[in-house]
Amino acid sequence: MGLLDRLDDPYEGGGIILGKIEDILNWGRSKSDWYLHFGLACCAIEFMAMNASHFDFMRFGTIPRTSPRQADFIMVTGTVTFKMADRIKILYEQMAEPKYVISVGSCSNCGGPYWEHGYHVLKGVDRIIPVDVYIPGCPPRPEAFEEGMILLQKKISHQAIFNKRKRLESEV
Amino acid sequence: MLPNEIYDKLKTEFGDAVIEFDDKQPTDPFILISADNLFDICHTLRDKDEFLFDYLMCLTWMDFAENVGVVYHLYSMVFKHKIVLKVIVPKSDPKVPSVEMIWRTADWHEREAYDLIGVQFEGHHNPIRILCPYDWEGHPLRKDYEAPEYYHGMKVSY
Repeated sequence: MGLLDRLDDPYEGGGIILGKIEDILNWGRSKSDWYLHFGLACCAIEFMAMNASHFDFMRFGTIPRTSPRQADFIMVTGTVTFKMADRIKILYEQMAEPKYVISVGSCSNCGGPYWEHGYHVLKGVDRIIPVDVYIPGCPPRPEAFEEGMILLQKKISHQAIFNKRKRLESEV
Repeated sequence: MLPNEIYDKLKTEFGDAVIEFDDKQPTDPFILISADNLFDICHTLRDKDEFLFDYLMCLTWMDFAENVGVVYHLYSMVFKHKIVLKVIVPKSDPKVPSVEMIWRTADWHEREAYDLIGVQFEGHHNPIRILCPYDWEGHPLRKDYEAPEYYHGMKVSY
């Protein structure tokens, strides 16, 4: 994130980086995102391929967690039924700030194929929790997961850590 | 044993409780029986040496406008023969005896039928919903079902 570019040796002896504390924190934060995986439907099957060695989701620094207390973001992959929507909201509220949400696939984004006759499906997970990154597809290709993860890392690295809504000035 | 032979044997044993036999449809041949004698007929079909229907393949339902039907697909692992039973009850009072005591498979199938079409299975040990949330109102797969506007404060329609 431009941090190492500043290793320009302004003092003799070198080894000094001048930077903002938020740059360093965001550098670590965006490269080590642990996620609460919420696999609900076929998008979760595609996410298995994403997690396997060929696409290797862990190279983004992500580790799957089973507890919301340890997670930085929640990955909602699949059809959110009303029965599950209550649980998603509880788990989201249990996560520690700062927390993020990735919504994966058409069902989770907007209801998908259930938008008209799905009496049991929530028409978009953003109706109950705030979503940071939407990944389109039915289900998305693993490349789409990669782009979504890169977008989330970009978003995190431009945020002030104590105030999610404040946006740091871009350096580039 | 062929379906019409099974029908003849049931007809001589149970008389009017066995209403009709139909093999003209493009589906499997079925026997329509009255709901009152369903448990006895199923018990006979499972335990009598000439039938031995030890396997309930599927329990499903149909929605006619004023009536609801329950369909039982039976199979015998011993004799490799199968039969379909149908029961039709009025939608205003949809009571059918439970066959959960005969085939344990029927436990969840009957809960599903209760959940989605609203058939009351009398004698079931745990007649609660299985798919919808416990506080859901109505039975969604009825043809005249209308989805609620809100569920727990979440809008249902798009």
